[in-house]
Amino acid sequence: MRKQPDGAMDPTSWTPDASAALDRLVVSRRDFLMGAGGLIVGFSASGGILSPRPAPAQNAQTSGVPGDQLDSWIAIGEDGRVTAYTGKCELGQGLRTAQMQLIAEELVVPLDRITLIQCDTERTPDQGTTSGSQSHPTNFNEGNLAQAAATAREALLRMAAARLQAPVEALDVEDGVVRSRTDPGRRADYGELVGGKTFRLSLDSRARRLPPSEWRVLGTPVPRAEIPDLVTGRFEHVHNVRVPGMLHGRVVRPPAVGAKLVGVNEESVKDVAGLVKVVVKNDFVGVVAEKPWQAIQAAEKLSCEWSPGAGLVRQSDLYEHLRRQKPTSDRLVVDSKDVDETLARAASVVSATYRHPYQMHGSVGSSCAVADVRDGRVVTLWSASQAVHHLKQTTAMVLGVSPDDVRVIFKMGSGCYGLNGADTVSYDAALLSQAVGRPVRVQLSRQDEMAWENYGYAYVIDQRLGLDSEGRILAWDYEAWFPTLGSRPRTGTPGNVVTGFLAGFEPAAVTEPSPATDPSTYENGSNAAPSYVAGCVSGRCGGTGTIKSERVLTHTARSMFFTGPLRSPSRLQNTFAHESILDEAAAQARVDPVAYRLDHLSDPRLIEVLKAVARKADWDPRPSPRRGLSKRGVASGRGIACVLYEGDNGYCALAAHVEVDQDTAAVAVKRLVAGVDCGPISNPDGLQNQVEGGTLQGVSRALLEEVTWDEKKVTSVDWGTYRSLPLGFDLPAVETVLIDRRDVEAMGAGETTITLAAAAIGNAIFDATGARIREVPFARERVKAALSGR
Amino acid sequence: MSAITLTVNGRSHSLDVDPSTPLLYVLSDDLELRGPKFGCGLAQCGACTVIVEGRAIRSCVTPVETVDGADITTLEGLGTAENPHPIQRAFIDEQAAQCGFCLSGVLLTAKAFLDENPKATDEQIRQALSTVLCRCFVHVRMLRAIGRYARELAG
Repeated sequence: MRKQPDGAMDPTSWTPDASAALDRLVVSRRDFLMGAGGLIVGFSASGGILSPRPAPAQNAQTSGVPGDQLDSWIAIGEDGRVTAYTGKCELGQGLRTAQMQLIAEELVVPLDRITLIQCDTERTPDQGTTSGSQSHPTNFNEGNLAQAAATAREALLRMAAARLQAPVEALDVEDGVVRSRTDPGRRADYGELVGGKTFRLSLDSRARRLPPSEWRVLGTPVPRAEIPDLVTGRFEHVHNVRVPGMLHGRVVRPPAVGAKLVGVNEESVKDVAGLVKVVVKNDFVGVVAEKPWQAIQAAEKLSCEWSPGAGLVRQSDLYEHLRRQKPTSDRLVVDSKDVDETLARAASVVSATYRHPYQMHGSVGSSCAVADVRDGRVVTLWSASQAVHHLKQTTAMVLGVSPDDVRVIFKMGSGCYGLNGADTVSYDAALLSQAVGRPVRVQLSRQDEMAWENYGYAYVIDQRLGLDSEGRILAWDYEAWFPTLGSRPRTGTPGNVVTGFLAGFEPAAVTEPSPATDPSTYENGSNAAPSYVAGCVSGRCGGTGTIKSERVLTHTARSMFFTGPLRSPSRLQNTFAHESILDEAAAQARVDPVAYRLDHLSDPRLIEVLKAVARKADWDPRPSPRRGLSKRGVASGRGIACVLYEGDNGYCALAAHVEVDQDTAAVAVKRLVAGVDCGPISNPDGLQNQVEGGTLQGVSRALLEEVTWDEKKVTSVDWGTYRSLPLGFDLPAVETVLIDRRDVEAMGAGETTITLAAAAIGNAIFDATGARIREVPFARERVKAALSGR
Repeated sequence: MSAITLTVNGRSHSLDVDPSTPLLYVLSDDLELRGPKFGCGLAQCGACTVIVEGRAIRSCVTPVETVDGADITTLEGLGTAENPHPIQRAFIDEQAAQCGFCLSGVLLTAKAFLDENPKATDEQIRQALSTVLCRCFVHVRMLRAIGRYARELAG
């Protein structure tokens, strides 16, 4: 093993800058993994190899780091330190620490002996996108990182058995040291067994995962690794990446949606100090300057001529406009073919329409990336993208270079909650760097972030429920319209975000119009089907409820604005409509909302989490609204909602207690009780942090958040025009119920309870006042209108 | 360009910069500090907060010439990961962060206010934080951490 240079022997003493610099010099790990046999290298604690990075091999395989090989996931140095590689990265959700716990557990090594390298196209396996509450299901169950760690442990035990001449069954492992159980003096540590060498093994699907009953590190509230650096300003967000010779870019977006560039007058900025270049590519316009403030001034002064734009549908007409859209892409999630008849013979029908606006990710830091494009074609990109391998492919398309020449290195950004501007600003930086031949950092202005991000979907949803004479639901009929344009760029569609579009790439088309065809399997990933239907398709029932007469039909139309996944995409909008209409039916039947839910559910885990939340929330069983309502003064009430997120990825329930000042229409959320069952809990404190944060983000979205526009452009472009509940708002008590179920597989958690906030609050407002609000956000005018409509 | 002198976290710096440059860019680019962040550039979110002469200010809208000669403290000036300031210690103990981008606004606004008003009520603390944003909504933990620091100050 090659020794590291002097001064690098104790990686823990490195400054973050030194560590980061080494990261930037790292040799292509992919070339190493794909390369000739026998190459043995020493990984530093940062995962770097201490030699300059060569130009990528011309014939490098595009498959990258092979996910079926143990060496792609785990390396062990002579000193016994473990370097692990993951394609699921830390976004602020605590995943880095949870994954380190997983490795510590399966490999039986102390946490402080592990370095985790996250999301780097040349060093980590391609695990797609870190999103959709999929990281736990992906890396903590049978495959991938968990299986790699288990495979490594078993391989190390076999090596130790050979060295110690003892059967594996007679060995114990503790803190990375294998000992003979009968003669503990006979020992071999991991460094001796494999240090500096590669395993050269495939992931073993039979390698035994340690059962939760044996857990010592997983399942405990290990503090998050980043927090000391975050609170002391030492952490390197992507916004803090600085590379030698770096310039600063700023983009100039069109003044109206659909506007095309007619011309740019470069004379207008000739006096701006520090200006390096004005860059134009199709409708993409940007400036590069020596300093950030100079770039900002140049972007403001640059005179551009644009066509008038496409014109926007009046905001107040949005929902009716959506219904009229042709063509749409239609999908049936379930259709029992008897819904119309069942509704016709029902004793009563409860029907209502629910509306949900476009909302933003609204990251507190506008998006940022740093690109270094050498010779016009060799690209290093530091990005907070959730999908580095995909970004590598699409950045190559935008720049017209080979993907083999693009390396994307993940650096955490401001919390994204889905597809914020991280991908689009990566293209911005790359285009500008390519144009000037030097590294360029771009951070979007607040306005550019908010006016052009991929918004969460607007929805209009019609619900019709047929009830029998006892008030039980016989039939559920759901029909929804929502607009989309673009989304994640994936591996081939850079036009799915604004910069790719401006640079000349089309967004993915809304797929062919339909009538929808009958489904062949029950797939409820968007929670378009409510929790209370049986979900029966082709004779198999995959729902969590009992209602057999069921029809769920969605229409996807083309959006005026870019759209994309925003924390609980579609699931939140659908669940708002489902859990609200269910409450309306319960009120009509004069049954307690919890009891009414239980009457129509079949899934025991959903039932259990609902009951647990009701219990913790001191639920007072009675029909809503409460009796003896006064129409004046402050009224209080409670509401509840529950869902199995994505139909299979996290059970949750939420109870909300609210006070409504009926004279001013002010809504105050006083208490929230959020419960989740996402299987075995890796880190209870991390889960609690996610549940608390997600629930309150849901409150902000329910009460305040809405994208607005005029006849040509988005007008919610800062925190005055797009409101978010500040730290100092009248914070409710937030309590959590975490059900740790260790005999099942891990599910997602990060998007669970946010899904329920609007419904639980809306139901509580109804309970308090008898007024039903069917449109998010519950802005004061809407509450006022609902109150006066009683 | 003109010569500006700043004392940042106890160290003096002489800089030749456009005097209209907002302080934030001088701190984060010229001095490569990581604490103060660009969030909005409009003094609406707090991510760029620094303490100048005991007061929390929004450095994204503060021309550097207006703080020439001033004593400035950023998040990294309070303490280190190894030896954190009591308010930083409270945030670590409460695990009061997710992405952490907003922390300059949260910690420094709270610290400056509480140092000035050590007997502030919870309501007054909330009021002081009424224009600080955290979009991960770590509000519960952050307010608990701030409360912990407030109790320490109040003795």
